[in-house]
Amino acid sequence: MSNLLSRYADAIFWMARYVERAEDLARVLDVTETFSRDSRGGQNWRSILELYDDVPAFFREYGEASAAAVIRFYTLDDRNTASILSNLGMARSNARTLRPLISTEMWTQLNIFYNRLRALGPQEIAEPRLARFCSMIKEGCQTHTGITEGTFYRDEGWCFYQLGKQLERADQTTRLLDSKYHNVLPSPEDVGSQVDVSRWNALLRSAAGYHAFRKIHPRGMTPGDVAGFMLFHEGFPRSVAACVDEVGERLTQLRSAYNIPGATAAMGRLDDLRTLLDTDIDGVIAFGLHEYLDRVQQYLNALSIEIGRDLLGHAPVSTSAT
Amino acid sequence: MNEVAERTGLLADYDPGGRYCELFGPPSMQAPIPHTQALRERLARMSLDDLRERAHDAELELYNFGITFTVYTQKDAIDRILPFDAIPRPIPPDEWQTLETGVRQRVTAINRFLRDVYHERHVFSDGIVPPDVVFSNPNYRPEMEGLEVPYDTYAHIDGSDLIRDDDGTFYVLEDNARCPSGVSYMVENRHLMLRTFPDLIEDQPVRSVSNYGQRLRAALGEIAPQGVDDPTVVLLSPGTYNSAYFEHIFLAREMGVALVEGRDLVTEDDRVYVKTIRGLQPVHVIYRRINDDALDPRAFDPNSLLGVPGLFQAYRKGNVALANAIGTGVADDKALYAYMPRLIRYYLDEDPILPNVQTNLCREKEGLQYTLDHLDELVVKPVGEAGGYGITVGPHATKEELETCRQQILDRPHNWVSQPMISLSVAPTLVDGGIEPRHVDLRTFAVTGRDTWVAPGGLSRVALRKGSLIVNSSQGGGSKDTWVLE
Repeated sequence: MSNLLSRYADAIFWMARYVERAEDLARVLDVTETFSRDSRGGQNWRSILELYDDVPAFFREYGEASAAAVIRFYTLDDRNTASILSNLGMARSNARTLRPLISTEMWTQLNIFYNRLRALGPQEIAEPRLARFCSMIKEGCQTHTGITEGTFYRDEGWCFYQLGKQLERADQTTRLLDSKYHNVLPSPEDVGSQVDVSRWNALLRSAAGYHAFRKIHPRGMTPGDVAGFMLFHEGFPRSVAACVDEVGERLTQLRSAYNIPGATAAMGRLDDLRTLLDTDIDGVIAFGLHEYLDRVQQYLNALSIEIGRDLLGHAPVSTSAT
Repeated sequence: MNEVAERTGLLADYDPGGRYCELFGPPSMQAPIPHTQALRERLARMSLDDLRERAHDAELELYNFGITFTVYTQKDAIDRILPFDAIPRPIPPDEWQTLETGVRQRVTAINRFLRDVYHERHVFSDGIVPPDVVFSNPNYRPEMEGLEVPYDTYAHIDGSDLIRDDDGTFYVLEDNARCPSGVSYMVENRHLMLRTFPDLIEDQPVRSVSNYGQRLRAALGEIAPQGVDDPTVVLLSPGTYNSAYFEHIFLAREMGVALVEGRDLVTEDDRVYVKTIRGLQPVHVIYRRINDDALDPRAFDPNSLLGVPGLFQAYRKGNVALANAIGTGVADDKALYAYMPRLIRYYLDEDPILPNVQTNLCREKEGLQYTLDHLDELVVKPVGEAGGYGITVGPHATKEELETCRQQILDRPHNWVSQPMISLSVAPTLVDGGIEPRHVDLRTFAVTGRDTWVAPGGLSRVALRKGSLIVNSSQGGGSKDTWVLE
């Protein structure tokens, strides 16, 4: 069928988001675990809850923000809709809905991946084994991405997949950066200094960006360099700018190649976002890194709502039959 | 004959226990079916370990592919596979010829009957069927009276359940003229066979079943409203929680049509549209896998959220076609079943090619008396139930159960029919103890647009528990690849 159902477009968009979210959550947990091997350990685990606005939800179920409890909450806790297990469960459920559209290999991999995850016990997520668990999640999610890249039919559906994936990835990169902000930058003057290089190093590695970073910054590593790289570097696939570029390309494609009327409105929101990104790290630091990241997240969210309303049928669909 | 060679190896200890065997033939086994010789020889040469290992691979594949049906428990929904038995069930060409023409004959009669019921009603005025058999059936839809449907086809997709008795004769056990399911397993079982037992099926003259989707799509295209050259066909499903959801996915993919739910469709000016990212697009044909009741809350059950408000009005105006038509349930009920041989003679002036199982209608005086006198020998079934529920199997029932049954019949004789015990044929089946005989049935699938096509194969369901006659998937049955041989 040449006309993608709105409900399917929505399911594709969210399937991509859920998988990306699970992968990025594994990255955040992984880097937190690395950071927490110091005196600020407990504080680190609590900061994830703040980062995702999950403090009330967490304390409804758990007594204290210990490493074990936070890890449990974000990995295998099926009562937490934001856990890795829940995200992959929803991705699988969307994939099930989408089976007429996606490749058999995409469905099979998500189905097996989710079933494997569901079978894991508490010992698999204990702190000493957390890195291993996170690797498994990253690998599973990237396998999904690779299979999708290699087998998913290229039409409007592919555009919606990319929109979901890239919007989520941009959002998560800002969170990853923000998650370390309080801990890594005790005072604004430290921006641009050489303090805590090992922590920024770990942050880059968690986003698989260390070697790419080294290519363009062969020597030294300042927090400003790292933040600038993760925000603006167009060659780095997890940078906010690279993700937003991809979103722009897909919206343009939906609008011009496929004649999807709703894409025009979303382009307006995208332009706001591009304007916000039209700066450099010095400008960001002058503005305040945390404040800036917050603003980027708000704009990404507004764009996502716009896409939902105009393209995915979240509001009444236009009644003009063609 | 190389009888000895065949009954060594894997099949050496196989003993059908006096039943008709689908692989060897009549109980005597003096002359096994010649058409199955190559298969018997190949099976005999396999080792039990090899067979088990590959059967395990096949089931793992089913699970990983999510070729499942959903079973509901109180807590949540569980995906189960329909267990796949590795040993295929062959059907020789002459037997298939009979089955195929017999099924086509039956489907033709069913469609003629439905046309008659909703129009001229000669069948009642000529005294062939008592009117209340139809009018007391909750599946009768007065809304369909006088409505014209393309090619007078009501049951576009029809499934017939067949069994084979000890003497080798096939009987029709049941007609399924509403939303018969299982066809996806027919096709997937073949794919599994090709992948996990290539050496068993290689060079065998097995007829292909893989084009079912194209045949169905073609038939659905034929019933589109007049003047629509390139009809949009959709498959309407209750959604991911329906137990047959896998089949809905399968068929939508095979046909290359959209799989929709009620919430994806809207009606406007008595036309049906689907919500797409480009806005509303017209829909011309709907293969619906939801029941009549749930199709349209304005016309039928107002509490159902599965359907599309206004759909019936669009259908009535001829702006959209439905397969199957509304109201076909009067043809697949167990009371009407007893009249099928008479209906075939009445409408087609032919003798039935496939016999019915002798059926005693408790609504008729002789039928009631006979049933009550032979309760402990008969299978007593309620009219209008599916899935093997509410059945009393006389020879296996306790005194109390028989007494309850007797009371139920006396309370509402119209609601009950009885049939003799048919000892279903068996097929060699891989179970914990090795290769043992298990009872099988066969569901065939017929697709009717302008005319009728019968898929050369079917779904052979197998009762995995020793001695059990119940093959339903909801009650622990499995399935076999069914080979129609050239």
